[in-house]
Amino acid sequence: MPNYYQPEIECASREQIRAWQDERLVETVEHAYKNVEFYRRKMDEKGIKPSDIKSVDDLCKLPFLTKADLRDAYPYGLLAVPREDAVRIQSTSGTTGKRVVAFYTQDDIDLWEDCCARAIVAAGGTRSDVVQVSYGYGLFTGGPGLNGGSHKVGCLTLPMSSGNTARQIQFIQDLGATILCCTPSYAAFIGETFEEMGISPEEIPLKAGIFGAEAWTQEMRRDIEKKLGIRAYDIYGLTELSGPGVSFECAEQTGMHINEDHFIAEIIDPDTGEVLPEGSKGELVFTSITKKAFPMLRYRTRDICVLTREPCSCGRTHVKMSKPMGRSDDMLIIRGVNVFPSQIETVLMNHGYPANYQIVVDRVKNSDTLDVYVEMTGAMFGDTVKDISRREKQLVDGFKSMLGLAVHVHLVSPKTIERSEGKAKRVIDKRHLV
Amino acid sequence: MVIKQLSVFVENQPGRLSEITDVLSGREINIRALSIADTTNFGILRLIVDHPSRAESALKEQGFTVSQTSVIGVGIEDRPGGLAEALNILREAGMDVEYMYAFVSHAEKTAYVILRVADNDAAEKVLRDHGIPILSGEDVY
Repeated sequence: MPNYYQPEIECASREQIRAWQDERLVETVEHAYKNVEFYRRKMDEKGIKPSDIKSVDDLCKLPFLTKADLRDAYPYGLLAVPREDAVRIQSTSGTTGKRVVAFYTQDDIDLWEDCCARAIVAAGGTRSDVVQVSYGYGLFTGGPGLNGGSHKVGCLTLPMSSGNTARQIQFIQDLGATILCCTPSYAAFIGETFEEMGISPEEIPLKAGIFGAEAWTQEMRRDIEKKLGIRAYDIYGLTELSGPGVSFECAEQTGMHINEDHFIAEIIDPDTGEVLPEGSKGELVFTSITKKAFPMLRYRTRDICVLTREPCSCGRTHVKMSKPMGRSDDMLIIRGVNVFPSQIETVLMNHGYPANYQIVVDRVKNSDTLDVYVEMTGAMFGDTVKDISRREKQLVDGFKSMLGLAVHVHLVSPKTIERSEGKAKRVIDKRHLV
Repeated sequence: MVIKQLSVFVENQPGRLSEITDVLSGREINIRALSIADTTNFGILRLIVDHPSRAESALKEQGFTVSQTSVIGVGIEDRPGGLAEALNILREAGMDVEYMYAFVSHAEKTAYVILRVADNDAAEKVLRDHGIPILSGEDVY
């Protein structure tokens, strides 16, 4: 018997969902146009007035919004309410200089937490569950989002944050945690640690996990499920749109239901921007229709996926998205952190290296690894190990502060990084996640 | 009387060392002494050869990262305690040895030791003052 957090919404008729979307889209466009100079300018440039947007059918008239727009608007450019009405800031992982910051009113947080609560209930959560939230807390949305959702469901909530695996395991056992929320790679690592400790899945109190913020395969899902003795559910979200809970998996595990009462999803051709018919593979674009502090009109996620409205056995009527099948830009997600090759290049430039480098991403024992091979110049070569180790350490520290990630640095001789057609292939991703 | 040493950066890849020795043999350069310092990622091959400048340009032509470093060479009596005496002299003078390696000379009963220190001139002086023979390029090349 499936459970829902908000059955009247999650199982609403398509007509009802469409009616909510039409009404809320019109309100959101008016609100954004009136309160955000950026939207006003972009719409004026296209000759669009809020009154031209009467329903979801008119959505395609609006200009797109990109991550670059969000960076340019840093810090307060896209805030759509008076500053005293906003109560929270979150920020995207792993960028520096111009970060992307998102704002929330108290209502925005409430609705975001509702979305997370739906995901927890869809994973079998009830008020008698103990939810261990092992996503990072802080600017990252993973911890705060699932924490809030867990409270809404009435679960006993353990705000663990990530790291300190020995303590994670102790709490799962001692406090009888039944639902684990973290990145899939961390879940796999916890599973391996249990295995190494000789604790069998039957002895682990967990029954379900809600894992997101990075790509993972079906094989990885089965592996985590086996090691922890749970069912593993996917969750999707972006800080720009609120955080985790934009979409979530149900018991069917065949795609994530998008919370369509809060977000309108479109699939576009990433090259032309043209809206593609249902069932096509393309770039996912979201429009938020309930957020007040930080409304997002046609935000390009750069995630490539497919939408389906085929009825789901769980009874939910909201559209389902596939797991992202790739990116339409060069962003990499490493252990849940967004990494752009340009950031790596910036660190190298800052330390005086030529732009001859190669980034190798792999997944070893279910955890992402990031190796950067960098060509030295002849002048950089001293003759002691100490000297070169110091150079490597400087870069490791530089990457750590830029990306918040441990990167393996390998200094190599000039002209040793392979070049095809005179140009180095910058990124080699060996993970085969799709 | 410093001796010229070549240092070559060697990535941890199969066959990399033999590529270097092939370049040298192709130019008929003789290796007199060598040592390798290595980490998990890379190594530094240090060479004393009979024609340092020719060897350096040959290796650079082949794309190797090479630097020339000045080191000092000392002659040590080939008997227990021979090296200890020389190192004690440097220790008492407060001089650190960055690295060193030894090879046997043509002359009987003498071992040659290559030393890398911060201040070659000062180290040479203190060793000479204590009766340790300092080698010239001709002795080793």
